[in-house]
Amino acid sequence: MTISFLIIAVVTLAGAIAAVTLRNLVHCALALVGAFAGLAAAFLQLDAQFVGFAQVLIYIGAVAILVLFAVLLTRGGEPPQPQTFSWSWPWGLAVALAVLGMLAWAIAGSVATRRQPAAQVEATTKQIGDALMTRFVLPLEVAGLLFTVALIGAVLVAMREEGKSE
Amino acid sequence: MTPLAGYVLLAALLFSVGLVGALTRRNAIVVLIGIELMLNAANLNFIAFWRFGEHPEALTGILFVLFSIGVAAAEAAVGLALVIAIYRHYRTANVDEMDALKG
Repeated sequence: MTISFLIIAVVTLAGAIAAVTLRNLVHCALALVGAFAGLAAAFLQLDAQFVGFAQVLIYIGAVAILVLFAVLLTRGGEPPQPQTFSWSWPWGLAVALAVLGMLAWAIAGSVATRRQPAAQVEATTKQIGDALMTRFVLPLEVAGLLFTVALIGAVLVAMREEGKSE
Repeated sequence: MTPLAGYVLLAALLFSVGLVGALTRRNAIVVLIGIELMLNAANLNFIAFWRFGEHPEALTGILFVLFSIGVAAAEAAVGLALVIAIYRHYRTANVDEMDALKG
């Protein structure tokens, strides 16, 4: 339990809590960037440099910007929302707290969490590339197909319907 | 608390916060933000268990997280496209007002 871990945990959780509770959607998206940055720092601290930088590139660079664009595109003539949370929010909060309690209980009772880290872990970009091109080449191809389908699907879904121009 | 328990607990807290966002907010975009937070919590678990696990040189945790990040990005793109399409149809992005199966 180091100081750096505590800082990372506080930044990540503060960003996440702000992202789901703030009223203004633009503020939500910006708080989400804070949470993603904290997670990227956690990945770097766990010696997963490639994943940390992939997190910065994909989540902060693409997903957060995508969320911002969606906010801008869906707020045209909408009046300010008087009610941010749904009427059933106590139920949602209770379910989430129950899940958290269950997970915390499982973590507290687990023997696996008493492990100490391996002395030195190497995960260079070269090794990851080698693994992607040998052992994981089939998942890589499937992922490529998935991305193509998702790209075409997202464009088709968001495209304006024919003959229903506004 | 051991270091691994700290990371796993952070992931559990992050998952719960994402679950609160997905279950209690009215706006569909914030629901998607909550889902992204939950996926990220799972990624943190994968990396933590990879780092503290038996065979870190196998890189399984890292590769799983890379694919998971890719799938999450595709999910975000399709999900936000759906939100935009629904907004265009119903003029609202609130999930509690999208209560009709008929278009």
